[in-house]
Amino acid sequence: MAILKFSDMTAMELQFQVEKLQSNYVECIDDDRLEQWPEFFVEDCLYQIISRENEDRGLPVSAIVCDSNAMLIDRIVSLRNANVYAEHFYRHIISNVNIKGVTDEVVSVQTNYLVLQTRLSGATEIYNSGKYLDEIVATEDGLKFKQKKAVFDTYQIQSLMVTPI
Amino acid sequence: MSTILKNKFNEVNWPEDRGVCEVPYQVFTDKNVYDSEQEKIFRGDNWSFVALEAEIPESGDYKTTFIGDTPVIVMRDEEGQVNVVVNSCAHRGAAVCRELRGNKPNLECVYHQWAYNLKGDLIGVPFRRGIQGNGGMPKDFKMQEHPLRKLRVGSVAGLVFATFSETVESLEDYLGPMTVTAIKRICSKPIKVLGDQRQYIKGNWKLYAENTRDPYHASLLHLFHMTFGLYRSSQKGVSHMDDTKRHSMLTAIKDSDDSTEDFKNMRSFNTEFKLNDPSLLAGRKEFDDDVSLVILAVFPNLVLQQIANTLAVRQICTKGVDAFELVWTQFGFEDDDKEMQAIRLKQGNLIGPAGLISMEDGEAVEIVHDSVIREQDKSSYIAMGGGKAENVDHLVSEGTIVGFWKYYREAMGY
Repeated sequence: MAILKFSDMTAMELQFQVEKLQSNYVECIDDDRLEQWPEFFVEDCLYQIISRENEDRGLPVSAIVCDSNAMLIDRIVSLRNANVYAEHFYRHIISNVNIKGVTDEVVSVQTNYLVLQTRLSGATEIYNSGKYLDEIVATEDGLKFKQKKAVFDTYQIQSLMVTPI
Repeated sequence: MSTILKNKFNEVNWPEDRGVCEVPYQVFTDKNVYDSEQEKIFRGDNWSFVALEAEIPESGDYKTTFIGDTPVIVMRDEEGQVNVVVNSCAHRGAAVCRELRGNKPNLECVYHQWAYNLKGDLIGVPFRRGIQGNGGMPKDFKMQEHPLRKLRVGSVAGLVFATFSETVESLEDYLGPMTVTAIKRICSKPIKVLGDQRQYIKGNWKLYAENTRDPYHASLLHLFHMTFGLYRSSQKGVSHMDDTKRHSMLTAIKDSDDSTEDFKNMRSFNTEFKLNDPSLLAGRKEFDDDVSLVILAVFPNLVLQQIANTLAVRQICTKGVDAFELVWTQFGFEDDDKEMQAIRLKQGNLIGPAGLISMEDGEAVEIVHDSVIREQDKSSYIAMGGGKAENVDHLVSEGTIVGFWKYYREAMGY
């Protein structure tokens, strides 16, 4: 497959492609296909979940920060085989997919997200709300995240965080 | 409520001493016990951790936090002194400070704009002398008689503590030599705050006090190292307490593993998995000893930790009998180079609410709390290592938990 060139695309085409990527990404997590989750990122990537409380102060501590695709895989291997937590489902609601900048190689996008969590009791709660600050690149395998930074408003994490946002 | 019923709920039926430690589940779920703890422990003769000095370096810097569930303000005045006051206006009780942190030349209650200086003294009351002969405060009203409630403040190596008590010993005496030495070992240089994480755990705060004094669970609940073949089975370390047994220090030595035999039957012991990116665990030796893990649990509300190169304080803020917030503040040092800070941040993946080796602690608290709700006449059974509050030079013990309960009973009069 030929590599897409962002500058050759119309604004509508680009918007469509980016929204499609976001939809596929959250579906992968919500449908518990976490083994496929790292495939949404390039090898040399940055995945970061950071509270708004820290982000606004310019402080770097993050709930999760991975600076390689291999670290994403390790997270999932750990989640499946090592970590102990209450079973749950996520449901991501995304909105306001807003392209902020385009170069030949990178699209910068800000997107709102809401993660609802359902535990085995059957009750659904708002678990995490925030925004994605993404940098998307085109590869032979389609669009991928060079960076995905989830800045969350819900800076009081309920119980624990194990599943990626 | 009838007197009989009231007495019933105020009593805690501690099992007769059978030579091990048995803790009645009632103390985790009884609201009367919780209310009593606020008075006898958090507002009683103990020192509670409230801040790192590095969080409020400048004059006028403040942060709001809690001692137990009492809201307090920690602030630095013009002379560089750190002061702690209850966050409740002397007029009609409103919160004087509503932000998490910031900088102000003085404090002003939004309700009627009563103003206080950075020591907590009242310096301004609007319409104090009335308007055009109307209203005003009584003639004998004296501002100096209406400060915010001031707490005693102490600090050791950049960790700030406060107490409601006029009678409790000095902070250093309260902490004792073991705790002071351990704090000074970790906080030997000016601290640089790297950020906070807040974890809301739906369980009683004492279940976390137990958890952080419990070396027994470390390799059994937290399976990350085991799963990736990184364990360290009969790791050498110590489980020590101060003289009063209220503070506990668990330490482990790096690479002191000498046998894998005992762990062969554990549910996750295999080396099927390898870390794809071992840079997660890349670290740098930064202390003069080989201690790679310190969990210093300071009664009643602090854990100071060193896990590899991650340094953090964890502050317990109680939120009723059945919940608490755990505030993790990760830090490094002012003189960290870029690489050192990067190491601390990457290893940060191990700790906090999403920490690969720490997330389970919140879970452990909740699965206990939820299951003992109606087991009020039952007790736990704490006996690993003999069930005595004794210092041991290994980690196959629950003696430090026993020590916690020994002091707790003294403090509560149970």
